[in-house]
Amino acid sequence: MKLESKIPEGPLAEKWARQKFSLKLVNPANKRKYDIIVVGTGLAGASAAASLAELGYNVKAFCFQDSPRRAHSIAAQGGINAAKNYQNDGDSVFRLFYDTIKGGDYRAREGNVYRLAEVSVNIIDQCVAQGVPFAREYGGLLANRSFGGSQVSRTFYARGQTGQQLLLGAYSALSRQVSTGKVKLYPRTEMLDLVVEGGKARGIITRNLVTGKIESHSGHAVLLCTGGYGNVFYLSTNAMGSNATAAWRAHKKGAVFGNPCFTQIHPTCIPVSGHYQSKLTLMSESLRNDGRVWAPKSKEDAQKIQKGQLRANDLSEDARDYFLERRYPSFGNLVPRDVASRNAKYVCDEGRGVSKTGLAVYLDFADAIKRDGKKTIEAKYGNLFEMYEKITGENPYETPMMIYPAVHYTMGGLWVDYNLMTSIPGLYALGEANFSDHGANRLGASALMQGLADGYFVIPYTVGDYLANIGPADKIPVDAPAFKEAEKKVHEQIDRLLAIKGERPVDDLHKELGHIMWEYCGMARTAEGLQIAREKIKALKKEFWSNVKVLGDSQEMNQALEQASRVADFIELGALMVEDALNRNESCGGHFREEYQTPDGEALRDDANYAYVAAWEYQGDDQPELLNKEMLEFENVKLTQRSYK
Amino acid sequence: MKINLKVWRQKNSNTEGKLVEYHLDNVSEDMSFLEMFDVLNDSLTRKGEDPVTFDHDCREGICGTCSMYINGRPHGPQTGATTCQLHMRSFNDGDTIVVEPWRARAFPVIKDLMVDRSAFDRIIQSGGYVSVNTGSARDANEILIPRTIADEAMDAAACIGCGACVAACKNASAMLFVSAKVSQLAILPQGQAEHKERAERMVAQMDAEGFGACSFTGACSVECPKSISLDHIARMNREYLGAKLTSDNA
Ligand SMILES: Cc1cc2nc3c(=O)[nH]c(=O)nc-3n(C[C@H](O)[C@H](O)[C@H](O)COP(=O)(O)OP(=O)(O)OC[C@H]3O[C@@H](n4cnc5c(N)ncnc54)[C@H](O)[C@@H]3O)c2cc1C
Ligand code: SF4
Ligand code: FES
Repeated sequence: MKLESKIPEGPLAEKWARQKFSLKLVNPANKRKYDIIVVGTGLAGASAAASLAELGYNVKAFCFQDSPRRAHSIAAQGGINAAKNYQNDGDSVFRLFYDTIKGGDYRAREGNVYRLAEVSVNIIDQCVAQGVPFAREYGGLLANRSFGGSQVSRTFYARGQTGQQLLLGAYSALSRQVSTGKVKLYPRTEMLDLVVEGGKARGIITRNLVTGKIESHSGHAVLLCTGGYGNVFYLSTNAMGSNATAAWRAHKKGAVFGNPCFTQIHPTCIPVSGHYQSKLTLMSESLRNDGRVWAPKSKEDAQKIQKGQLRANDLSEDARDYFLERRYPSFGNLVPRDVASRNAKYVCDEGRGVSKTGLAVYLDFADAIKRDGKKTIEAKYGNLFEMYEKITGENPYETPMMIYPAVHYTMGGLWVDYNLMTSIPGLYALGEANFSDHGANRLGASALMQGLADGYFVIPYTVGDYLANIGPADKIPVDAPAFKEAEKKVHEQIDRLLAIKGERPVDDLHKELGHIMWEYCGMARTAEGLQIAREKIKALKKEFWSNVKVLGDSQEMNQALEQASRVADFIELGALMVEDALNRNESCGGHFREEYQTPDGEALRDDANYAYVAAWEYQGDDQPELLNKEMLEFENVKLTQRSYK
Repeated sequence: MKINLKVWRQKNSNTEGKLVEYHLDNVSEDMSFLEMFDVLNDSLTRKGEDPVTFDHDCREGICGTCSMYINGRPHGPQTGATTCQLHMRSFNDGDTIVVEPWRARAFPVIKDLMVDRSAFDRIIQSGGYVSVNTGSARDANEILIPRTIADEAMDAAACIGCGACVAACKNASAMLFVSAKVSQLAILPQGQAEHKERAERMVAQMDAEGFGACSFTGACSVECPKSISLDHIARMNREYLGAKLTSDNA
């Protein structure tokens, strides 16, 4: 397959303006002749659906939750970046672009990332106009903070609930369009297949989760805004329902998948407490601005702590190892996520972890409280501290928090060109569902920015170009054979899942997949381990399809059935992640192959051989996928070894 | 811990439901309440019995999906917390816990503990927004909003749309939910242009959905996991009365 990124010619700063001018426009009177399907109502989907409806297109918006307001974006805590330079501290569009490319370890496209930085400033304006209550200074101006190792303060936030407030803003815009009749909402409705005919995306097959009814929806274009696939690992910071099904089924219909192995492991999550654990809770990255990460210097002390014979506060200063400050004197506790995570893992691998399981390190606020007073710390992190206490029963004002890395975000996703179109004409991917802007590692506060950039400011232009080119007549009815055929396949898969009547509940199999992925395709990977994972996943797939136990029937609300169909896809996607990780014989960003590291243990890239996007093409059930390479070209930044020393 | 559960089981909206008893022997106090339900469902499934259907997603108190009525209280005994944030350490070994769905005419049961809260979405659709199209905003710092105002708006905006306020109210009123949105947008300069119609339309939709009247007992605010203040109801009443007095729709 020939992958064309469609990055416009010209200097970096002019590319998007040029593109906007060269894209075709749909005549205002014709917009109502086009139907657009938007799957997902998170930041990407809600902003896209609202903006497209405002332009006059007919939009159908789908989500599996009971309300669009509950999309997983709601959970984002820390903030959203924008190159406003309100703080006059040296930020600029170019700096945000540069930081994002560098933070992504040079595995993202310059053109896309620059555009992201460019439109970031409009996002804040839009959200404020909607009534999003961002934090303010006493004079009434917007407040900013520095986030995730950034050396400028460019992060906008709404207490610890930034995602919630941004999503509620987008949801309100969406709700307004529902009231005008331009958007029709389909909550509790799950997309189970993409319909492709004549080489174009034509619509989707859905299941009504309340009645079980399978339905077809036809449109001129389909936008997948379905979020990330971190739940391949079972335990992650994602919501329980977050899943890869929409993206994966589109992949099986021909959409190539970019960099599936690029996953982000977040350093500051609440550690696992038992086998019943269902999800992991993130403690916002902003905590690392004031908290100091440490572990006991000696294994002996650590063991005593694990056994409950010693407490954190019992250890004197010289018995503590502030390992991030020690190894990275200039960035200290603010090194990027992948670096912080990996170091916590090493410390625990050495036997110096704390907590019952030995899989945790401390995040300590004692010094910050001494310096700034409890009040200041409470004002900054009050709700996070409360959340921590609710979960663990411990008071972080008095004893240090315990944290451990957890799967958080997936940089990989459906491959898209500069217009956000996948390799299937008429099918687009927005937000976390696409692979485009974060390379091998995402900077904190940049996912919210990307979701809203895609939905508010990119897709309204680019989808118009496609629609203007195909014309209003280029759509097929839902009784066309392509739809009927796809519906039949969906019915068959559901019947098959219900007919297995095996021994193991879905979660049990999902947990097993999670263990395999975490062990072999998590924070540190080796060729040997990945080969083991490959075999284990193969066996698990067999086990799943012969031994899963799904009760009830398909014509009713059936949560186990929903989950089973998602886990079936996770297993296949997990296998592809392993292949991708095996193929990439280098370390970059969140992808750390132990064979490829510098003498002092940092990720060692191989730009000569791997400065490309690995775009995988489906070849049929149980067939090896075909690797396509999109070479990355860097004209504006010099590739350097990331250094946070 | 050993826990006895009495759980509301109802096949769908057309059938009657009843409380069914279950016993769990191996509950850890570090488990969340929903993880305890996961354990129950795992054992039911293995025995070939239909697992309990319940709504949940983020499991960290922000999406507003979880919704269990536990021992007569929405989201259970802990104040300022959702069901998913409740941990078993809030209970004692041997406790009997009764778990029911939200009960309100406007929230019909879908199955077991899951209810239909789409009425809330329709209330927001009736006016819970600022009418501003994408691209038409001016620079964000041109609107000065004093910190105290921004904070107050944020307090109101923290509502997660869970519906506990309705479940807590003997009249099943949605006033706290509606007032939180009306209030957020009434406090902020961006919401001024439409503030009158907004209050009128949202209240009309609330009534049309079949929510009851507010008798200001304050039960809603006590049970609200985000501690949304009753002050917002007072503010909304002023907004609403003001709107009615000067209404173009009178
Ligand atoms: C705990 C946490 C904290 C975070 N904090 C930050 C932060 O501070 N700053 C930051 O920038 N980023 C943060 N992130 C990342 C960021 O929140 C997400 O990447 C982003 O919100 C994803 O938005 P989205 O619109 O792409 O997808 P989502 O918000 O995940 O929405 C997906 C939508 O797709 C729908 N959907 C999925 N599959 C189907 C299907 N098959 N059929 C129908 N509908 C479907 C869902 O119902 C939902 O509406 C955080 C993430 C987590 C987990
Ligand atoms: S006001 Fe409180 S109880 Fe009511 S929906 Fe909002 S958060 Fe839930
Ligand atoms: S599951 Fe999200 S608030 Fe409880």
